[in-house]
Amino acid sequence: MRSPNQGPGRNLRIWQAALLIAVLFVWQLVSLDAQYAFFLGEPVKVAGRIWSWFMPTGLEPNALFPEGVPGRADIYIHLGITLLETMLAFVIGTAVGLAFGLWLALSATASAILDPYIKAANSMPRVILAPIFAMWFGLGIWSKVALAVTLVFFIVFFNVYQGVKEVSPVVLANARMLGANQQQLLRSVYLPSATSWVFSSLHTSVGLAFVGAVVGEYLGSARGVGYLILQAEGTFDVNTVFAGMVVLTAFALLLDGLVGRIEQRLMKWQPRHGETEKL
Amino acid sequence: MSTHALELDRITVTFQSPDAPSQRYTAVADTSLAVRTGEFVSVVGPTGCGKSTLLNVGAGLLDASSGEVRVFGDPLEGINRRAGYMFQTEALMPWRSAIENVMTGLRYRGVAQAPAREQAQAWLERVGLGGFGDRYPHQLSGGMRKRTALAQVLVLDPDIILMDEPFSALDIQTRQLMENELLEIWAGESEGRRAAPGPQRTPSGGGRAAPGGTSARKAVLFITHDLDEAIALSDRVVVLSAGPATRPIGEFTIDLPRPRDVAEVRTQPRFVELHRQIWDVLRDEVLKGYTQQLKKAA
Repeated sequence: MRSPNQGPGRNLRIWQAALLIAVLFVWQLVSLDAQYAFFLGEPVKVAGRIWSWFMPTGLEPNALFPEGVPGRADIYIHLGITLLETMLAFVIGTAVGLAFGLWLALSATASAILDPYIKAANSMPRVILAPIFAMWFGLGIWSKVALAVTLVFFIVFFNVYQGVKEVSPVVLANARMLGANQQQLLRSVYLPSATSWVFSSLHTSVGLAFVGAVVGEYLGSARGVGYLILQAEGTFDVNTVFAGMVVLTAFALLLDGLVGRIEQRLMKWQPRHGETEKL
Repeated sequence: MSTHALELDRITVTFQSPDAPSQRYTAVADTSLAVRTGEFVSVVGPTGCGKSTLLNVGAGLLDASSGEVRVFGDPLEGINRRAGYMFQTEALMPWRSAIENVMTGLRYRGVAQAPAREQAQAWLERVGLGGFGDRYPHQLSGGMRKRTALAQVLVLDPDIILMDEPFSALDIQTRQLMENELLEIWAGESEGRRAAPGPQRTPSGGGRAAPGGTSARKAVLFITHDLDEAIALSDRVVVLSAGPATRPIGEFTIDLPRPRDVAEVRTQPRFVELHRQIWDVLRDEVLKGYTQQLKKAA
């Protein structure tokens, strides 16, 4: 019997890759049937679609691609738009969430007055704001940015609020005894203490910024990966829909990794498990 | 001008329960306590008797319900700017390295980066942590964090030092070491303060240039529940009654010669005698405090 702690160890990567290959293989087998292929798509064609999106040179007809793959390299404009929307929403949403979180956490009156409205705004399904944003900001990028900002804002806001509320009272009293004024307290105690909470929320919110951007595009746009997916769906081109999903997932992972990098650099004061160096 | 660095004059502190305003708890009742300039006063009492409350009132972190606090003769309003406070629990900012923590107070007072760093480094060396400035608090041991906290307080050159069981979390050896170092630093201050490490004194150090501020030794108000520690360190020991409504019930002058070694002084006959005298007063209160805690828990 294996104890549950004894994982697959260094074979982990091999098992993970094997699982992916197995799923793709079964998928490919199933899609040999044309009826299934219509609804499920074919992994090989999905790969071919991604190739022609990214690569300027085509592939000659071969065993896998009997008709060859054209090299169009035409996704960059769409991907660029989607990423731009995501980044804008991420930055704006985080900044506004941080400012509001600090303000409400430090001002008891404001927080008491606004409390029911914030609860209401947070429980509202915010995707329904998309039509309104489309009316206000048109079909360009700003309606998507606005939608994604509403998603990011609340995550960051609640985390900052919580972070400020949970500042250690002793650290706070110490800073006051050392002579900090209100502004210095904000800069040297509240903000750094809230930052650790913000970073735990950034992983969620970068994903949500992406969701907001793509959903916004899907609901009405002329550019972006969401637009590509919408077009493909309109022509029952299921392979392109899957290809869009794969690309979006890959870039979401990339953004998440980026946030992790920044976190590691800024949060080096936090003890990490197994890293604490006692003297 | 007053010879008292810190005077607590008939202080009463009553806490009101936020949920039920009719429920009141009087932590400290009608307590007067004065610390002369350069005097080391310890306050002992059973656990939960409101020692820390009294200290927080002296620091200006807590408003008394009635009574007055005077600092060098002037009534205290807001935070006590002439006092440094060493807390019982971890008070270092975990997001700042040791040297940045020591610099914090100087930076708050508007000292520029370079001289602040220089003074902080000098104080870190003074407490034996010269090479550890770039460590974050979680990378330091408990004793080292306490040393950093001590440097953080002393770099500001306060006239009054308030200490709330600062060494209670340390093991006994580290603790005696720190107690001796504290006495050494405190005594060193008396010699015209030439032992002060910084090349220049804190500029514009929050009213430090005020008359009375340039007196010799710092006044220390030291809170502890450890009678041995109190006698070994102090000029005077004040015994508080068990809570609620704590008040002083005894005061003893410790006439042991200085300089002292906290480990050796315990073997002196005079120490044993003082210990017995104070313990006679304290014992009943400790028992009272214990029964009250049992009642509260029941």
